Amino acid sequence: MGLFDRFKSALSKTRDKVASGLGLLGLRKKIDESVLAELEHTLLAADVGPAMTAKMLEDVRGAWTGGEIQETTDIVPFLKRKVASNWPAEDRELKMAPSGPSVLLIAGINGSGKTTSVAKLARRLQSQGKKVILGACDTFRAAAIEQLSVWAKRCDVPLVRHKDGADPGAVAYEACDAAVSRGLDVVLIDTAGRLHTQDNLMRELGKIQRVVNKRIPGAPHEVLLVLDATIGQNAIRQAEMFRTHVNVTGIILAKLDGSAKGGVVVGIREMLGVPVKFIGVGEGLDDLEPFDPAAFVDALFATG
Amino acid sequence: MFEALSDRFNTFFNRLRGRGRITEANITEVMKEVRTALLEADVHVEVADRFIENVVTKAIGAEVMNTLHPEQVMVKIVHDELVQLMGPVDSRIPFVSSPPTIILMAGLQGSGKTTTCAKLARYCQGKGKKPLLVAADLKRPAAIDQLEILGQQLGVPVHAERDHQNPVRVCRNGVEQARKILADVVILDTAGRLAIDEELMQEVAKVAQTVQPHQIYLVIDAMTGHDAVNTAKSFNERLELDGVILTKFDSDTRGGAVLSVKQISGKPIKFIGVGEKLDRLEEFHPDRIAGRILGMGDIVSLVEKAQSAQSAAEAAELQRKMEKGQLTLDDFIGQMDKMLKGSSMKELLKMIPGMGRMMGEMDLGIDDADIRRMRAIVESMTPRERKDPRIIDGSRRRRIARGSGAAPDDVSGLVKQFLQARDVTKAMAGMSMRDRMRSLTQFANTAAAGGKIGKIKESTTKKAFRHQRDRRKDRKRRSR
Repeated sequence: MGLFDRFKSALSKTRDKVASGLGLLGLRKKIDESVLAELEHTLLAADVGPAMTAKMLEDVRGAWTGGEIQETTDIVPFLKRKVASNWPAEDRELKMAPSGPSVLLIAGINGSGKTTSVAKLARRLQSQGKKVILGACDTFRAAAIEQLSVWAKRCDVPLVRHKDGADPGAVAYEACDAAVSRGLDVVLIDTAGRLHTQDNLMRELGKIQRVVNKRIPGAPHEVLLVLDATIGQNAIRQAEMFRTHVNVTGIILAKLDGSAKGGVVVGIREMLGVPVKFIGVGEGLDDLEPFDPAAFVDALFATG
Repeated sequence: MFEALSDRFNTFFNRLRGRGRITEANITEVMKEVRTALLEADVHVEVADRFIENVVTKAIGAEVMNTLHPEQVMVKIVHDELVQLMGPVDSRIPFVSSPPTIILMAGLQGSGKTTTCAKLARYCQGKGKKPLLVAADLKRPAAIDQLEILGQQLGVPVHAERDHQNPVRVCRNGVEQARKILADVVILDTAGRLAIDEELMQEVAKVAQTVQPHQIYLVIDAMTGHDAVNTAKSFNERLELDGVILTKFDSDTRGGAVLSVKQISGKPIKFIGVGEKLDRLEEFHPDRIAGRILGMGDIVSLVEKAQSAQSAAEAAELQRKMEKGQLTLDDFIGQMDKMLKGSSMKELLKMIPGMGRMMGEMDLGIDDADIRRMRAIVESMTPRERKDPRIIDGSRRRRIARGSGAAPDDVSGLVKQFLQARDVTKAMAGMSMRDRMRSLTQFANTAAAGGKIGKIKESTTKKAFRHQRDRRKDRKRRSR
């Protein structure tokens, strides 16, 4: 199955549920206030959030009164153009070190899907011919190291691990060390889930970043925040708080294969400038796709 | 949790307070802002709209405009409406008369099922029941290991089968195993699944058919947005849920899911997970949560917490000591430890009525590190000094300071504060519960005005680093 097909089939899980797709917005009729009210409702229900929803409504209203769009069927394509222009393609590339190993730090709150995303990223980078090593820095949650080592075995990539309760900074350092001495391309660091309100744990994350930077100058080259697509407006807070401790460069939007829309990332891009790089669309190792803004907007309006 | 909502409601009530008369028009206008606050808190848009409508209708019906204190009437209306949204709920587990009581846990991936299973087992232990955990999550790598480790920590047996991939079989055998070992409760930890994953939903439905659980709980992450209700709805269609357990309640989520779940799915929240430790599962009480949202504090939970922290005998002994003013520093530190037990000082103080609102503006400055420091000081004292700290003179103070790595001033600060507290408790010991509550609130109010609570910090941490003269000035100001 081609890349595009996989993406489509994942999204269609959501879309299949709707025979016709867009509800009122899919019917061809003249835009009026009731249509805008429906649009507001749809955006709010997709977790776009009140502030972003108001802004998008304003855009649509402006285009409508300005005569740019007239019919309900114009709304989605209009918003698609609008949103896509906010998400340039270079947003979605992974930044790599010009030479030597690149370090990707994966962070997020508990249960957002970090460990699985690390495994998927490993598989993806590996299939691009990169030599990958994993660092099991979640030394806190029971059996987290085992979970990652199962994935490492399935992907056939090396894993640096210490005992439960070990210092995550030390594990990260050793992983970088191993990558340098073995001449590997990418170090993927899985960290423990932490709520952004736990200041001590957030500082620990900052420490991992510093330790990594000490071993490989310029690292980490990417700090990816894993967000659960089911999350609501709290995601903005999360991104903000993580950003005060580590240099968050992108988002992996996990669990987008459910009925959740993850509309909050629109606001995160707008307010914080952090782009979405990948989306998780299933439990398999290959279920990680580059983010596609147009398809994302389509999915926002699929009533599910 | 809830700070944002609390703030918004408070500005709303304050604004009502400012005006002598209130018209329907300006209630509606202010309620529009409340709606935005609700939406920002991830309350489902339908629930938010209905809530606003109900409050406005009731406000008009209650003739809020003509009363002298319209804001008080409004507080009551909003409070009742919030309780209405979330309740009613009986958060106890109905244990069956012929054990084992079978509990099936379901939910999305990453919602916190496995941890919650362990917490629930621990909760059952607290009720004098003997639980068995069944590891039926055969999907996520190492999920079985995780449950086994948690089981070990609690001393709860775990039933696991590693040689096949059939959760129905694991659950059936697990229940049989429970009968064999005479367990009172079986908790089935199933794999995380999406509500739209037909295959997996059929699987969990089949588990339910086979083992016929007495209770089915859905585990939902409190941070979930609009999808929370979709999830609850679709799981309910397949499983006939008995309730919802909301996890990660300790995050700073604004808690929309709390308000929406019952309305949209018809299923009440039974428990909330409030921390990573295994004893951090609380029963859900709508009226208390409503109180917290409105910044009214949650004194009932506070008292319960204090009660569950010590046995009746301990409490009686403490009461006796308090009345006689014989409290020792050991008791003091011991109480602090017990009350905190995993939660932070800040969390605890927020439950005191009136405190919640003030917490935002002032930095209380007592963090858990301070408490550790206080403990270090006490532990550097001899038993006699702990019993009667008044004997501590300059030489003893220097010794204690050296032993605990604190400044001598910190030692005297702690002692002074302890003696004060002992006087307060002595006075309080004779009071009725009601009076105690009142003086506690008073205490909170003076504290907020820059009084006693601030002092704790002065005397334990920052002070050591400050200039001598500043300290003298402080002392003068305080004694005034």
